[in-house]
Amino acid sequence: MNHNTQSRHRVLNFIADNTILAVLGALFIAPIVLVLLTSFMSGRQTLTASWWPDPWEWDNYVKAFTEVPLASWFANSTMYAVLSTVFMIVSSVPAAYVLAKIKFRFSNVIFLAIIVAMLLPPQVTIVPIYVMWAKIGLTGTLWPLILPNLLGSAFSIFLLRQFFLTIPSAYADAARVDGAGEVGVLLKVMVPMTRSGIAAAAIFQFFYSWNDFFGPLLYTSENQQAWPVAYGLATFHGSHGTDWGMTMAVTMLVTLPVVIVFFFAQRVFVEGINLTGVTG
Amino acid sequence: MLTPAILGLLVFFVYPLVANLYYSFTSYDLLSPPRWIGLRNYTYLFTQDPRVAAAALNTLWLVLIMVPIKILASLGVAGLLMKARRVSGFWRTVFYLPALVPPVASVVAFVFLFNPGSGPVNAALRSVGIAGPLWFNDPQWSKPTLVVLAIWVMGDVMIIFLASLLNVPREQHEAAALDGANAAQRIVYVTLPAIAPVILFAAVTGAIAALQYFTEAAVASGVASGKSGVYTKLSDVMGYPADSLLTYTEWLYARGFGSFQLGYAAALAVVLFVVTAVFMGLLLRRFDAFNPDGRS
Repeated sequence: MNHNTQSRHRVLNFIADNTILAVLGALFIAPIVLVLLTSFMSGRQTLTASWWPDPWEWDNYVKAFTEVPLASWFANSTMYAVLSTVFMIVSSVPAAYVLAKIKFRFSNVIFLAIIVAMLLPPQVTIVPIYVMWAKIGLTGTLWPLILPNLLGSAFSIFLLRQFFLTIPSAYADAARVDGAGEVGVLLKVMVPMTRSGIAAAAIFQFFYSWNDFFGPLLYTSENQQAWPVAYGLATFHGSHGTDWGMTMAVTMLVTLPVVIVFFFAQRVFVEGINLTGVTG
Repeated sequence: MLTPAILGLLVFFVYPLVANLYYSFTSYDLLSPPRWIGLRNYTYLFTQDPRVAAAALNTLWLVLIMVPIKILASLGVAGLLMKARRVSGFWRTVFYLPALVPPVASVVAFVFLFNPGSGPVNAALRSVGIAGPLWFNDPQWSKPTLVVLAIWVMGDVMIIFLASLLNVPREQHEAAALDGANAAQRIVYVTLPAIAPVILFAAVTGAIAALQYFTEAAVASGVASGKSGVYTKLSDVMGYPADSLLTYTEWLYARGFGSFQLGYAAALAVVLFVVTAVFMGLLLRRFDAFNPDGRS
């Protein structure tokens, strides 16, 4: 094979690979584009085969707010996601630090319990937990999903511990020599060095709560006032005939906050995913 | 500093596990106190429950068919991105983006895209002369359509594969190439062994996720049946069409919180725990990160 055919071979390969990618990429983007276009169609037009809005029904995004209590659903989602995230950070960052950096009796047992709690399907323990919240009288609200974060979230503790492990103990030791207590070491030395890890855990928690369906179904399905928007979306289509246009508008509105957060924090986020996908 | 987390483990993990075992031997509807009935929930579960077999088989189907297909798809796209040297930036974002869409939103979108009457997918098929199936409205097609959805949202798994592919040392590829290995041989003898632990990790965590598969199936049944409204209990349409989408955790939910047979739901949960424990044991044995002494 002479040099010329070899380089031609390489060029053809390059074109082939990128063509496959372009076709696949188009298939992956198509659902988003079709949903976006449909969200600007009238209910009647969505029942036809045309895929370009004619006329553009901008009103879908406004009407949706009057058809259902969408604004309060968004407020509920925001409260659920923001409070869960703040509570999780306050409780899980110290726990993760202790598990990563301080050796004590039973630390292995506690770590093992956190791993199992993280991997366990939530449905395994849902009966007693539901009974507990029913006895306290908080079913019908989102509090059973928010308050537990004050006592740590297993997944977040695991993720944050992985970040703390990457920081050499020498930094903490130096601070201790200078007379800092453990709280001081955590706040003044470790937290500033794991900012991206804490950001990743916060984003995961925010997305988890924003997207949650099982929890709101379990605790709030009887009380429409308490629904977060992801749960409301699941009921939207049936309650509003077959208006796919407005349904797709709500679908876009539910997705938008997640995409915005992602684009602002892409690097941190991908780093976080890679820390959960462990090598053997 | 660890006290809140220990309290959390006791209240939301240890106590519920023990209490759930107790409830599983009782008849309990939340209104009157639990009544001890011995093993009756379990004998009913294994010999009489009319829908538990369908639910368990659907969930098994997801573990055995959906999980492997999703892993192969993510591996394929990750490999393609490596080969075309498009590992970062635009293309990675394109394939990752669908994974970000909230699950409820992606299912509602898919029920629209695949709806048999006016859905864009069947419209496209019609334009090339193919009569498309009924997708979410056909018991034969409902689970395969959820597999298409699972492939669309494979981005989280793909990112992990991409990172592990980038970690395979170049020198190993070059050494193999010098020894005369062609591209296919290099994949089989260099790449696959290097990323095998990551594939195993994705398979086991994927299986654990499939065992609790709930949202996508429940929302698909609700929206496709046209009865997802405010006034219909979701547990009444779970499984639509013809129980083809009834998963094990949906059945647990329907019995526990649709008809408030909490003791029976607890028995279903005990069985789920036993099955999941097998997969968890595998993870704990094989992966350093889950080992207290292991590093990242």
